[in-house]
Amino acid sequence: MRGSEIRNSEQELQQFQLRVGIAGVVVIAAFALLGARFLWLQVLQHDVYQAKAEDNRISIVPVTPNRGLIVDRNGVVIARNYSGYTLEIYPARVKNIERTIDELTEYVDITARDRARFRKLLAETRNAESLPVKNRLSDEEAAKFAANRYRFEGVEIKARLFRQYPFGDVASHVTGYMGRINQQDQQKLEDEGVAANYRGTDYIGKGGVEATYEAELHGNTGFEQVEIDAAGRGIRTLSRTPSQAGNNLTLELDMRLQQVAEIAFGERRGALVAIDPASGGVLALVSKPGFDPNLFVDGIDPQYWAELNGSPDKPLNNRAISGLYPPGSTIKPYLALAALETGKRRPSSSIFDPGFFDFGGRRFRDDKKGGHGVVDLYKSIVESCDTYYYHLANDMGIDAIARFLGPFGFGSKSGIDLAGEFAGVLPSPEWKIKRFKQPAQQKWFPGETISIGIGQGYHSYTPLQLAQAMAMLATGGTMYKPRLIAHIDNPRTLERRDVPSEVLHSIALRRDNVEFIKRSMAGVNKEGTAQRAFAGATYSAGGKTGTAQVIAIKQNEKYEEAKVAERHRDHSLFIAFAPLENPRIALAIVVENGGFGARAAAPLARTVLDYFMLGKVPAGMDQPTPEDEAASGEEDESD
Amino acid sequence: MELARLPLRRIGLRLAEGIDSTLLVLMLALSMLGLLALFSASYEQPARVVSQVMNLAVAIGAMWLVAQVAPQTMMRFAVPAYVIGLAFLIGVALFGDVVNGARRWLHVGVTRFQPSEMMKLALPLMLAWYFHKHETALKLRNFAVGALLLIVPLALIARQPDLGTAALVGAAGFYVIFFAGLSWRVLGTLTGIGLAALPIVWGFLHDYQRKRVLTLLDPTTDPLGAGYHIIQSTIAVGSGGLWGKGWLNGTQAHLEFIPERHTDFIFAVFSEEFGLIGNVVLLVLYALLVGRGLVIAANAATVFARLLAGTISLMFFTYAFVNMGMVSGILPVVGVPLPFLSYGGTALLTLFIGAGILMSIHHYRKLVQT
Repeated sequence: MRGSEIRNSEQELQQFQLRVGIAGVVVIAAFALLGARFLWLQVLQHDVYQAKAEDNRISIVPVTPNRGLIVDRNGVVIARNYSGYTLEIYPARVKNIERTIDELTEYVDITARDRARFRKLLAETRNAESLPVKNRLSDEEAAKFAANRYRFEGVEIKARLFRQYPFGDVASHVTGYMGRINQQDQQKLEDEGVAANYRGTDYIGKGGVEATYEAELHGNTGFEQVEIDAAGRGIRTLSRTPSQAGNNLTLELDMRLQQVAEIAFGERRGALVAIDPASGGVLALVSKPGFDPNLFVDGIDPQYWAELNGSPDKPLNNRAISGLYPPGSTIKPYLALAALETGKRRPSSSIFDPGFFDFGGRRFRDDKKGGHGVVDLYKSIVESCDTYYYHLANDMGIDAIARFLGPFGFGSKSGIDLAGEFAGVLPSPEWKIKRFKQPAQQKWFPGETISIGIGQGYHSYTPLQLAQAMAMLATGGTMYKPRLIAHIDNPRTLERRDVPSEVLHSIALRRDNVEFIKRSMAGVNKEGTAQRAFAGATYSAGGKTGTAQVIAIKQNEKYEEAKVAERHRDHSLFIAFAPLENPRIALAIVVENGGFGARAAAPLARTVLDYFMLGKVPAGMDQPTPEDEAASGEEDESD
Repeated sequence: MELARLPLRRIGLRLAEGIDSTLLVLMLALSMLGLLALFSASYEQPARVVSQVMNLAVAIGAMWLVAQVAPQTMMRFAVPAYVIGLAFLIGVALFGDVVNGARRWLHVGVTRFQPSEMMKLALPLMLAWYFHKHETALKLRNFAVGALLLIVPLALIARQPDLGTAALVGAAGFYVIFFAGLSWRVLGTLTGIGLAALPIVWGFLHDYQRKRVLTLLDPTTDPLGAGYHIIQSTIAVGSGGLWGKGWLNGTQAHLEFIPERHTDFIFAVFSEEFGLIGNVVLLVLYALLVGRGLVIAANAATVFARLLAGTISLMFFTYAFVNMGMVSGILPVVGVPLPFLSYGGTALLTLFIGAGILMSIHHYRKLVQT
């Protein structure tokens, strides 16, 4: 037995050694193949390659294309390019980078921020040939450096195109910003097979339409064959395949309207979305606070980045599409419509409101002490009577409510052409089962339905969804996909591609029901909760105020005492459309911690609608800039 | 205790214990050639060369430490190393973006595919350990398990996606299985299936990966991308001629025609300046290195040691072959550094640790026999 084991292992050893021998033969053969290849290249074809190397004084230099412009619906330029000189260091060729920068300061003003930014670039970038140490050289600096260039091996002046946003932080969440191509971007470009087209390009769109439409905006990189001397400096250009500029984007956005809205917000936090109900075009999309995308253009310095990223106000978050808020009473018009459509209520259905609604041993209170008295459907919207909707929600039941609200876009992504949209939550028993793990938590309690009736509880929607629902109500049941882009133009061929409006779905609603709700919403502005905000308005507009309770502040966030109190205040909401007949605008506003809807959000809506309907520019807003002038006065007529 | 009174000679002897001088001399010769090429590729500025010398010192230190460890001890590391490597790979798959975004990794110069780099040694260790454990009666079932141990990390690396590294790790695993004695019949069948599956694999490739293969067939289709690399590196190699243009005289390298000339394409710099003669020297050095490794494998004491030594030797071969093949335009462009010549600490460390394992196996070839 033992003998056979030894024989066996000896046999194994022999077999192994045979295989080692075979491996050796394969290695020799493979190296011989390489040797043959070298012989072919280096001896037999040597003359050919020798000639090519001689001719290879010709270097292929990428020519970066001009990035497409972004303009608003009236042709107002939102993003453009300008060319400027940058001072660039080739890290591989410079012995002591810090000392070189020290020496450069003699000719060029290099600030501590420039240095910090350069260090960050150096640490983050791999395989880059040169990195900018100073952007936007003045003519004087460029001349001074050029005269002393011989002293600086590995430092050169380059002409580059920079992105510029003339409006600064206005509409920053719509435009997005440009940032240096990082490793993830590079990987993505390689995966998409477009990495070669980005040779010579250092920046890429991040966020906003700059990112969504990166492929349209970038253009095609050209290349130049340049004859170079022994030191690698270009002598003359032999041939040139020009670059093709990127396509220009025209937005549905009305930049003046956007500006009016942002000025009306002031320092307050929140969001506003205004949509053309008849097409889904986004007229304004505000998220406050914003940020200045121009600061990213040069490569943002670490300090400012930390400020933006660490601020409790979260300026980088696009609240309009990713902020989630309970709708508060702005949900009431939809529930009223649901009641009419399902036959649970008629316009004349009335209740007596004592100021509370008792259910399951719990008392749900109305905002108004002592109640609203006798309330019909019209009055329930105009005065925002909570008790009416406690009853209604209870009568309808959660399933019917969820079934009716779903098609209005509540709790689902709209598909807008921006990245980072949130879906929110349309509460229903099914949602609860999916959301919670433990059976005890999964159960839907009838009491929960009651608060759903006044827009509290699990409801949470983005301002965009609120605006979309408003637009759908305004059209009488048709929902368009919201979109920022109107058309894309090729600057060379002048070929225009329209981005058509797209109907997502329609639901059949009875016309008189819709008209009744719209009339009730007009009543809100005339004689209801938004009466004061809309006093003296010369146009017809429907609205609805809302107030959303702020649940709690996250435990890991630290604020000063005073601020905590401020941040616990209710959010102020308002939805509106105008005019009453054939609405041209539907909007939703959230002012964070603004208190009652009537107090903060409704006056804001008034300002925006005054501009949209009447062209009335609010106090505090500058006269139109020259660029705007050509286009002003036809702000709602185009397309 | 005694050390203080010992003459230097004794210390030297102690240090040299377990070190295989043949391997060490070959590796140092290759590394020296690498430093020459690196100096030329770095615009004749020594900063990068100095940094590579430090990498080399660290790598040699690691090699020495590993060479002191007996193969039986290494066997104990096989499973933990594999499991940790696998955990890292899964981590990359789940939180890949976070890993990519972690800046401190970049600062220490660790590459993005750190876990897969680790797998280059951990996988052969694991497989060798596994086949060693079942040496008395290797059945087809054992090979199936071995294949599974191979395929899981391979799939994780391939979907990162990093087909180049996946192919290298896959090759390492295949070598272990080959040396473990998988029957020719099965090997033949698998090869047949593999060839037949090529069109299917083609269907799964990303567009850019297909492009790389197509670019190899006709580099001129992509003059700004991968084709440019192949065109320029081929010109560098070809224009080098029989004797080369001489050290520091390569125009292709110095006029910046060669991309990644410190790392993956350093062979183009070397080849342009030292010509066919230099290339043959390089090939001979690699062949001797691999040959020495295979001899160590053939004389190894245990199944574990045999499989591991054979596999490490063939890995040296594979890296050298794939890199030189890529630079001279007969293999597609994949991110594989040239062993001992390319700039970079991680790859060097892996290579020298591999050599350390070989040395340990050689040193303990008799001691472990029972």
